[in-house]
Order: sequence, then C-alpha cells, then structure tokens
Amino acid sequence: MDMNSFSPMMPTSPLSMINQVKFEDEPDLKDLFITVDEPESHVTTIETFITYRIITKTSRGEFDSSEFEVRRRYQDFLWLKGKLEEAHPTLIIPPLPEKFIVKGMVERFNDDFIETRRKALHKFLNRIADHPTLTFNEDFKVFLTAQAWELSSHKKQGPGLLSRMGQTVRAVALSMRGVKSRPEEFMEMNNFIEVFSQKINLIDKISQRIYKEEREYSDEMKEYGPIHILWSASEEDLVDTLKGIASCIDKCCKATEKRMSGLSEALLPVVHEYVLYSEMLMGVMKRRDQIQAELDSKVEALTNKKADTDLLTEEIGKLEDKVECANNALKADWERWRHNMQNDIKSAFTDMAEENIHYYEQCLATWESFLASQTDLHMEEPSEDKPESH
Amino acid sequence: MTENNFGLKKIEISVSEAEKRTGRNAMNMQETYTAYLIETRSVEHTDGQSVLTDSLWRRYSEFELLRNYLLVYYPHVVVPPLPEKRAEFVWHKLSADNMDPDFVERRRIGLENFLLRVASHPILCRDKIFYLFLTQEGNWKETVNETGFQLKADSRLKALNATFRVKNPDKRFTELKHYSDELQSVISHLLRVRARVADRLYGVYKVHGNYGRVFSEWSAIEKEMGDGLQSAGHHMDVYASSIDDILEDEEHYADQLKEYLFYAEALRAVCRKHELMQYDLEMAAQDLASKKQQCEELATGTVRTFSLKGMTTKLFGQETPEQREARIKVLEEQINEGEQQLKSKNLEGREFVKNAWADIERFKEQKNHDLKEALISYAVMQISMCKKGIQVWTNAKECFSKM
Repeated sequence: MDMNSFSPMMPTSPLSMINQVKFEDEPDLKDLFITVDEPESHVTTIETFITYRIITKTSRGEFDSSEFEVRRRYQDFLWLKGKLEEAHPTLIIPPLPEKFIVKGMVERFNDDFIETRRKALHKFLNRIADHPTLTFNEDFKVFLTAQAWELSSHKKQGPGLLSRMGQTVRAVALSMRGVKSRPEEFMEMNNFIEVFSQKINLIDKISQRIYKEEREYSDEMKEYGPIHILWSASEEDLVDTLKGIASCIDKCCKATEKRMSGLSEALLPVVHEYVLYSEMLMGVMKRRDQIQAELDSKVEALTNKKADTDLLTEEIGKLEDKVECANNALKADWERWRHNMQNDIKSAFTDMAEENIHYYEQCLATWESFLASQTDLHMEEPSEDKPESH
Repeated sequence: MTENNFGLKKIEISVSEAEKRTGRNAMNMQETYTAYLIETRSVEHTDGQSVLTDSLWRRYSEFELLRNYLLVYYPHVVVPPLPEKRAEFVWHKLSADNMDPDFVERRRIGLENFLLRVASHPILCRDKIFYLFLTQEGNWKETVNETGFQLKADSRLKALNATFRVKNPDKRFTELKHYSDELQSVISHLLRVRARVADRLYGVYKVHGNYGRVFSEWSAIEKEMGDGLQSAGHHMDVYASSIDDILEDEEHYADQLKEYLFYAEALRAVCRKHELMQYDLEMAAQDLASKKQQCEELATGTVRTFSLKGMTTKLFGQETPEQREARIKVLEEQINEGEQQLKSKNLEGREFVKNAWADIERFKEQKNHDLKEALISYAVMQISMCKKGIQVWTNAKECFSKM
C-alpha cells in the first residue's frame, strides 16, 4: 500500500500536493502519514453512527509501532479538537467539518455527505500532522493509536464538562475587556479576519451557486441534443448535419459534467474549509483577548491594592509570561496560516481556471471537427456557379 | 410597369428603419405602433451603382394585408411567412413586449427578409400589388381592397369540411401535410428548449461576475495576493458580460428557425387548397353521376333510386308524358353543363397540382439550403463562444498563478 498520505486514492490535485509539502518549516522529510477511509455504519439500541478507519504510518521513535489502525467517530474528532484548543489556545487549530449541514441534506447518512465529511476529516488530521507544534501533541498521539477502550478511559481524564462550561461565561466577559487593550498588530489581524471571513463566505456561496447553475445547464442540454435526432427523422437531406449537432451537444454536455466534478473536488472543499477557518480564527482572537484580559484585571487589582500585593505581583509575573507566549505563538502561527491560505486559494482557483480552459478546449474541438466534416461535404457537392474564368 | 424589370437582380429592397408612431385607429382611439421604412434601389446594369427609387413607410398590418392578398391570388405558391406578431419562445432576459427595441430590430430584419423572399420568387415578384406596396404609399390599402380578394378567399369552414370529406386526395399532398405537422412540432420543441438552455447559460456566466466584485474587495486586505486577485476579478467580469453578445447572436439563429416554423403553415395552406379543389371535383362528379342516373330512370321508366318526385307521382298520380319530356330536357341541359364544368375542374385541378408541386420542389431546395446554413452557423457561434472562453480563463489562470 502506498505510504504517501496524498496517494492517488485521495482526491487531492497534484498542485495542492506540492503546495502542502512546500510550506514545511523544517527541511526534514515527513515522518507521519495518516489516511481516513472506509466509513462504516454502526447500529446500537440507542443510536446509529458512522466510524471511519484511520491508518497511521510513522517512523517516529515516540510511537510504539510503525503502523496503527483505529476506528473513530465524529465525536472523537470533536474531543481531539477541544483538547488541542485547550492546550494551545492561541494556535490556529485546523477546522472540523460541520456537525450538520443545514440546507439540502435531510438524512445525516447520505452518501455524498459521508464522503465529503471523510475527505474533510482526512484533511483535518493531516493539517495537524503538518503543524510544527500540534504534531507532537499527546492527545493527538492517543487519538491516532489508542484502541477504543483506551481512548474512552483517556478521555475521562482532564477537566470535566462542568468546569469547562463555567469557563465559557467568564470567558465572554474577559474577551470583551481584552478587545479594548489589544495591541496594534492584533487589531490589524482582527480587521483582516473580519474582512476575510466576509469575503470567503461570499465566495463559498458564489461557488455553490455556480455549481447549481452548471447542473441545471447540463440537464437542459440533455434534452436539447436528442431533439435534433428526432428532427433528422423527417429531413432526408439534413440527416448528417442534424445528427452531427446532436452529437456535439452530447459531448459538450459530458464536458460540463466533468467541469462540475472538478469544481466539487478542488474548489468547493477548499473554499468551505476556509469558511470554517475564518470562524476558527475569530475564536483564536477571542482566546488571546481573554488571556490578555486576565493579566489586565490583575494589574488593575494591584493598582487598586485590592488584595495581597506580593501574591498579585507573582501572579502578574506568570500572566505576563503567559500573554507573551500566547501572542508569540499566535504571531508565528498567523504567518504560517497566511502563507498556507495563499497557496491553497491560489492552487484551488488555478485548478478551477484550468478546468474551465479544458472544458472550452474540448467543446471547441468537438464543434470544429463537426464544422470541418460539414464544409468538406459542401465542397464535394457540384457547384451551381459557372466555373471561374482565369 | 414592365414585369421583366422585376427580379432580385434589378432591384435592392431594404427595411432600413423603424419608428414609433402614434395615431388614431379605426375606432378613433389613440394607439402606438411602429412604422418601418422600406427603401427600394434599382441597380444600374452597367456599373453596379444603386439609385434610390422609392422610399415609404409601412406598418406591420399592411404587410399582413399584402400577404393575405398573395395567399388568395397564388394558392399554389408556398407564400413566405411574416415574422411573428408577438414575441414567443422568449428566455427570461428578452422582453415579450412588442415595443421593446430588440424585438423591433429583429422584426425589422424579419420584414426585410419577407420582402426579399417575395421579390426573389419567380411568380410572386411579378405581382402588381406587391410592386405598388413598394412604390405607392397612399391609397395602397384601398387598391388592395378593390381587388376584392377577400371575397375570393375560401372560407375556413369550407376548407375544414373538405379536409375531412375528401376521398381521393393526391398522396403527395397528404404526405406533405404530415411533414409540415412534424416540422412545426419539432421546431417548436427545439426553440422552447433552446430558450431554456440560453437561460441556464446566462445564469452560469452572470454568477461568475460576482467573483469580480468580491475579489476586488478582498484584494484590499491582501499584500501579495492583492494584485492577482484584482486582475483575476476583472477577467471574471469580462467573462460574465461576454454572454450578452453570445446570446444575441443565438437569437438570430432562433429567428432563422422560426421562419421555417411559420413556413409549415404556408405548406399546409397549399395542401388545404388542393383538398378543397379535389373535394369540389368529387362533389361535381358525384352530382353529375346522380343527374345522369335520374335522366336514365326517367327515360326508361325504371325507378332504381328513391326520389321525392317519384313518390309524389305514386301518391298523386302519374305525370304526363309532356311533363316527363320537359324534365328530361332540363336534366340533359344540366348534364351537359355539368360535364363541361367537370372537364374544366379536372383541368384546373391538374394545373394546380402541377404548379403547386413545382413550387414545393423549389421550396424544398430553399429549405434544405437555408436550414443547413443556419445549423452550420450555429456551430460557428459555438466555436466563437469556446474561443472567447479559452481566452478569458487563460488570462484568469495567469492572474491566479501570479497570486
């Protein structure tokens, strides 16, 4: 079996493969390869759910073996994401596909939905693997290697659900405070995130709409071609011409279908991932602001001499470190994310343009060959004009 | 007017302008209509220069009047059709409004086409009313009506009756009628679906235009990607707007097909005339046969068929030999007349079939040539559309790859 996580089985374009490798900070070769496949339905008395097979191949010493195979469900991915966010609040964690798709899908286990989700989960894990910090996260390792019961018991450790809920209420208050004292560079970052989020959402809608229009165009073309064949039945002298046109329309219709599938494989998933990324980024900003706000509130307390100054000074020292770490982590990750985004967007749109060029080239060839056949026949017919005198 | 100076080689006809007018109609109500300028040029034989000889304004209803006249006076000719009165088979962007400038423009071209077709028809081009249509602005309507052509027209009811009751129509006309039905049905279907395809294509192109706007706004926050995004967005705008010209060209193609859709009706008109004449002939023959039989019965005294006269004679007494003689004489006269009429009707019928079929053959050749040309032009349009697409997307790809 292919070692490469970007093997031909996985529908990523060659261009994006190259770009994925390009942004590696370390010149080291990849040593962790992950695939997500084989969705399976499980039915219990309480619920029905899907699991995905995850195969990991690695040469890293900290892993007990060089190959692992586990099954995970969406809930498990959610858990992993939560743990990563907890451990690295100001790193840009890759986004997970949505829990539910609001429009269109009625059934949770529709085939297209499952396939789209599988691809997105594959991407999620690989992005973590490629991240210089996240790739060494302990929970990530457990996720990839632990058997079902091991994972369950591991999950039970750590802060409980209730304490996390308490965090949320306090967190909102904190983040609002943190916004006010946000340093300039983070203001710029936030501005970018807001505009980017708006634009990428629009692009997502536009791209989906294009797909829909192309589908409807293709459907109409399917009816358009055969009418010419029907007509040819009553026109002796036009049979070749009419059948030729019907055949061209049919070929163009197939070319449209190919264009559509290119769109849904290359462009739509990438754009959608960045829609989710933009939501993720806003969360990261909030968390950074929260950490900042914690420091600010302690500093304020010290100024107002509200509590034991020695204790406060110690706490402030720790928090200052925390803020500095958080800011630096975010800054570095931000640069990395910007760089990746540029490459991903660039290659997705370049691919789309390529698909369209290919589509028009195919159609052109079809119609040109039809025209050539018609004009050749034309020349074979006896000319009604008098012969030219030279 | 010398008929020989009339043929496409000698004159050029164009419907060069259309103008909105207001006037009062027959019921003295104000109405808006469009008038079309018809210019006729005669081409000098020697140097090919054209001189404007006539120019006048006509409205659509006058064209209709001309055509109706031609239909009555030349029933054996497949009379060219007029462009549609109201816009049909429209896709969403096209307006169905008769006053819409695009519709008026396409109708102008259609009317010009109609006049050119009539002028190039070997029989129709010699018609005086047609000549006057091109040259006599005032009083033309009165002149047409004075021909009394409306009275000569066969009633629709009579024609319908004939269609159902005729026993031995020429098989070729029956086939032709069948063909014209098929032609009408298939072209209608084609035009309907083509309009829907146009609609969808419009949608695909126009939605890409939205990329242009969003890319442009996005480029404002990007440093390295900005230029690439901006210029790619421009190409998306170019792509989106290119569909307008493409679909306008396709509309001309649709008009070419529509002409043959309407020609189907002209074909049917010729078939109907044949059926009417044939039916007339059959009725006349039947009538003659029954009169001959009556005559025979009176002469020989045998009553083979039921007749009211025969019954009343039985009830009220025999008629006198003188009375019978008188009746025989009348019948003999009628039979003579009938035989003459039958002879001439037969001749008329055969003439009609011969002439009609000659024109139908001419029409078939014209149709095959025109439709083939139209279909090929459709392919040419598609090629042009593909080439434009390749160019725009190649430019866009370059912009994307530079981001």
